[in-house]
Amino acid sequence: MFEFIYNILDFLFDLVIKDIKFESYILTGLTGIIIAFAVINGVLGGVLALIWGERRLLGRFQQRTGPNRWGPQGILTSTADAVKVMFKEDIVPEEADRYIFNVAPLLLVIPVFIIFSVIPFGISLYAVDINVSALFILAITSISGLSIICAAWASANRIAIFSALRSVAMLISYEIPVGLSLVGILLICESMSVMDIVIYQKIPFILIQPVAAIVFFLGSLAEINRTPFDLTEAESELAAGYQNDYSGMKWGLFYLGEFAAAIAAATVFSTLFLGGPNGPVLPGIFWLTIKVVGVLFFIIWIRASWPRFRIDQVLNLAWKGLFELTLVNIIVTSISVIIWTDADSNRLIFIGLANWIFAFPFVLLIFKMLKTSNYKNENKKSISYPIGSDNPKFIKEKI
Amino acid sequence: MNEWNGKILADEINTHIPNSVVSSDKDSVNVEKEKIYEVLKFLKDTSGFSFDLLSSVTAVDYIDHFEVVYHLKSLITLSKATIKTKLGFGREDQPEIDSVYSLWKGADFQEREIFDLMGIYFTNHPNLKRILLWDGFPGHPLRKDFVTNSQSIIPSEDLS
Amino acid sequence: MSIKSEPITINLGPQHPSTHGVFRMRVTFDGETIIDVEPIFGYLHRGSEKLAEERTYTQVVTLTDRMDYVSSMLNNQGYILAVEKLTNIQPEPRGVWLRMIASELQRIASHLVAIGFLIQDLGAWGTPLTYSMREREKILQMFEMLCGARITNSYMRPGGVFMDAPQQFWDSLSSFIDEFPAAVDELERLLTSNEIIFSRTKGVAILTPEQAINASITGPILRSTGVPWDLRKNDPYDYYEKVDFDIPVHDAGDNYSRYLLRVQEMRESLKIVKQCVDFIEPGPVRPHHDQVPFLIRPPKGDCYVAIEGSKGELGFYLVSDGSISPYRWHVRSSSLINLTLLREMLVGTLFGDLFVTFGGIDINMGEVDR
Repeated sequence: MFEFIYNILDFLFDLVIKDIKFESYILTGLTGIIIAFAVINGVLGGVLALIWGERRLLGRFQQRTGPNRWGPQGILTSTADAVKVMFKEDIVPEEADRYIFNVAPLLLVIPVFIIFSVIPFGISLYAVDINVSALFILAITSISGLSIICAAWASANRIAIFSALRSVAMLISYEIPVGLSLVGILLICESMSVMDIVIYQKIPFILIQPVAAIVFFLGSLAEINRTPFDLTEAESELAAGYQNDYSGMKWGLFYLGEFAAAIAAATVFSTLFLGGPNGPVLPGIFWLTIKVVGVLFFIIWIRASWPRFRIDQVLNLAWKGLFELTLVNIIVTSISVIIWTDADSNRLIFIGLANWIFAFPFVLLIFKMLKTSNYKNENKKSISYPIGSDNPKFIKEKI
Repeated sequence: MNEWNGKILADEINTHIPNSVVSSDKDSVNVEKEKIYEVLKFLKDTSGFSFDLLSSVTAVDYIDHFEVVYHLKSLITLSKATIKTKLGFGREDQPEIDSVYSLWKGADFQEREIFDLMGIYFTNHPNLKRILLWDGFPGHPLRKDFVTNSQSIIPSEDLS
Repeated sequence: MSIKSEPITINLGPQHPSTHGVFRMRVTFDGETIIDVEPIFGYLHRGSEKLAEERTYTQVVTLTDRMDYVSSMLNNQGYILAVEKLTNIQPEPRGVWLRMIASELQRIASHLVAIGFLIQDLGAWGTPLTYSMREREKILQMFEMLCGARITNSYMRPGGVFMDAPQQFWDSLSSFIDEFPAAVDELERLLTSNEIIFSRTKGVAILTPEQAINASITGPILRSTGVPWDLRKNDPYDYYEKVDFDIPVHDAGDNYSRYLLRVQEMRESLKIVKQCVDFIEPGPVRPHHDQVPFLIRPPKGDCYVAIEGSKGELGFYLVSDGSISPYRWHVRSSSLINLTLLREMLVGTLFGDLFVTFGGIDINMGEVDR
C-alpha cells in the first residue's frame, strides 16, 4: 500500500508542480500521514459502529429496543455521545498525580492503534510489514496494563488500585498462554510476519489449530477485559474500577481504547485464525470486515449471557487450564510439523488432523477437570435440625 | 404452632427461678427486670421449652415506664411465647437491662435499634451504638416525650 | 514464602451500583480476601414507626407499602392481620382469598427481583435481570388492575381488601398461570446449570442451621440450610391451611441453594395462586362499614403477628391505647435481622463473593432502615 500511495503522490506532484523536484522524504512523510489518517479514522469509525452495534444487540438479547432515537435505527447515538463527552467538564481529583493522570488514557489508546499498523487489510494492503509482526502485536498489547496501573495509581483511589492489581495479575497470567498459543502457527508458517501467516492460510488456522484458537480467544477476552473476565471494571464490585475518577474526554479515551481494543482483538483473531482477508470473489477488506464483525458478535453474545468469574477462578483458568493446553498444542504441532515437512497443500490437512485427534481431547479433559463439582444429589433434602422433635411441656402435662 | 398460655408459663418459670415473675396474663408473662437474662436462658436451654429462635425484641414507652417485649419461638417444640419486662420507672435517663446477645445473636441489631430509637441501654452488648440514626442525634425519637418538629434539625455539633 | 501485606479498608456504599439501595459496608481487605465487614445502616431511615403513631390504623397501610417496596402486598397482609387480631375483625372470605392471591403474586415478583439482581451482582450484563423483570412486569400490571398502583399498592384493608378484582384481572391471571412455568423454565435454562454461576455461588457463605436460627435468620436463607420452617405451614394465617403446597428445602446453606430455593418457591407460590383461584367464591370483599368503621378503635392491648414474607419472618407488633391511631407500631423486619451474620458469612471470602452473598441474602433497604 505504501508504494501505491507514494507513487500516486509522486505522479500528482509531478503533474501540478513541474519545476520543483521534491525530496523523497517529504513524499514519504505525506504518505505515512495519509495512511495513518485512514487507519485511525477507520478504527474510530469502527468503534462508533461497535458501540452502537453492541448497544443494539444487547437490547435484542435483553428483549428491549436499545438506542433508536438518533438517526435511522439510532445509528448516530454513539456520535452524539462522543460529542457530548467532548464538551463535558474535565475533573481532576485534588490528590491526583496530575501528569500521570493525564498520560494514562493516552497510554491505553495509542498502543491499540499501533496494532493496526501491522494488520493486513488485504493481500499486500497494509501499513507496514515488519518481519516479526506477530511478536510485535503481543508486545504492544501489554502496554495497556501499564496504562491501567498508571490511571489507578494517579487517581489515588483505593477501588481503582484494586482494579489495577486485578488487571496486572490477569494480564501477566494471560500473556503467557496467548503468546504460547501462537507458537503452533509460527511453527507451521516458519515466519513471524502476519502477512506471511495470512498468505499461508489456505485453510483457516482455526481448523488446523483448534486448541490454539480457543486459548487465544479466551486469552484475548481476558486481555481486553470483556465478560466473563471483566474483573478490572467489575461494575457490581468496583463500580468502574480504574476509571472511577476520570471524567470528560479522558474517560472518553478509556472508553474508546476499550472498544478499539475489542476491535483489535477481533481483527487479530480473524487475521491469525480465520484467514484474515482470504476469501473468494469479494476483495480482502470485505472478508476481513465480515470476519471481524462475526467475532465481535460472538464477544457481545458472550457478554449478554454470561456472568463474570472470580479472580481466583480467572487465574486458575490461565495457569491450570490454558497454559497446559498451549503446551499440548506445541508438542502435537511440532511433532506433526517434523513429520510432514514437504510444503504441498495436503500438509495443512495432516497437521490439522493430528491436532484434532491428539490435542483437542485435552480441551475437553482440562475443562472437565476445572469444572466445579456438582452437588452430590440435588434432591437430597436432609433435615439437619430437629424441628418439631420435642413437645411443649404444657401439652405433656395436659395429657 | 401453639402459643403458650402466659399463666402456665409463669408458673413454670416461677418454680425454677423463684420470685422472677411479676404478673402474667393469657398472652404474656411479665418478668422482673433483674432476672430477665436468667429467665430467658432458662427458657432457651431447658428441654420442653427450647426457645431457640428469638423472633423479635422491641420496646414500648408507656410514659411512666418502659417495657421490653421478647417474642420467642421454638422450632423444636413448635410453640411461641411472649415475655415482657418493665423498667425505667420514673423516667430515669439511662434505663438499663441485660443484653441477651450471648443467648441469641439475633438480638444484636434489634437491641441496637431499641437503644437507638428508645434509649434503653443493654449491658453486656458488645457493640451498643446507634444503628439507624447518626452518632450525636439528639434524643431517642420513639420516646413519647420526643418533640418531632423542632428537635431533629439541630446540627449534631451542638450536642455533647 | 510470605509476603508482607497491609490491610486496606474500603467504604462500599452508600452510593454503589450493587448495594441494593443506600447501604454502606466498611470492608477491610487483605489482598482480595475480606478480613472484616461492618455494615452501616440508616441512610433510608424515614421513621415509619414514629409516623405511624400519628396516623389512623387504615392510614398506616400506606406506610407499610413503603417499607419493603418490592413486596408491598406482603407487608400490607402482615399489618392487616395484626390489626384484625387486635380488633377481632372477622375478614370476609373473598377478601382473604384475594389477599392470598395478591401476596403470593407479590412473593413471585419479589423472588424474581432477588434472582435477577443476584445474577446482576454476579456480573451478568442485565440479561437475566430483564428476563425476570419481564415476568415481574406482568404481575405489576395485574396489581394495577387490582388497585390502580404498581409498587405502593395499599390494597388491603382491615377485614379484606379495598376493592373486588375486575374481570380483566382474572383473564390476565389465568394467562399468567399458564405462561409463568415456561418462563421460569427459560430462566432456569439460562442460569441453573451455568458453570460460571455454579462456580461463583457454590460453597460460598455457608451457614449452618444452628447458626442461622441463633441469629434469628428466617425465610429462604433458613430454608436453604435445611430447616423446613415456613410460617405459612408452621403457623398458618389467612387460609393457608386450606391450600396444598410444599416447602422447598436445601441443605447446602450456600448462595447457590438460596438461588435454587427461590426458583422452587416461585413454582410453589404459583401452585397456591392456582388453588386460590379455584377456591374463591363471589361475595363481599370486606365487611360493611357498620362492622368495621373507617376509624378503627381497637381495645387496649397489644399483639404480635408474623407472616412469611418474601425475605423471612415479617412481624408486626401493635400496641393500642384505645384511640384511633396505634400507640406503638413495631416492625420486625426480616431484611435487617437477616444481615446479622453478614460478617460471619463474608470473612475469609474474596471480594467477588461479597456482593454475591449480599444478593443471596436479598435485602431491601426500605425494610432495613424503615
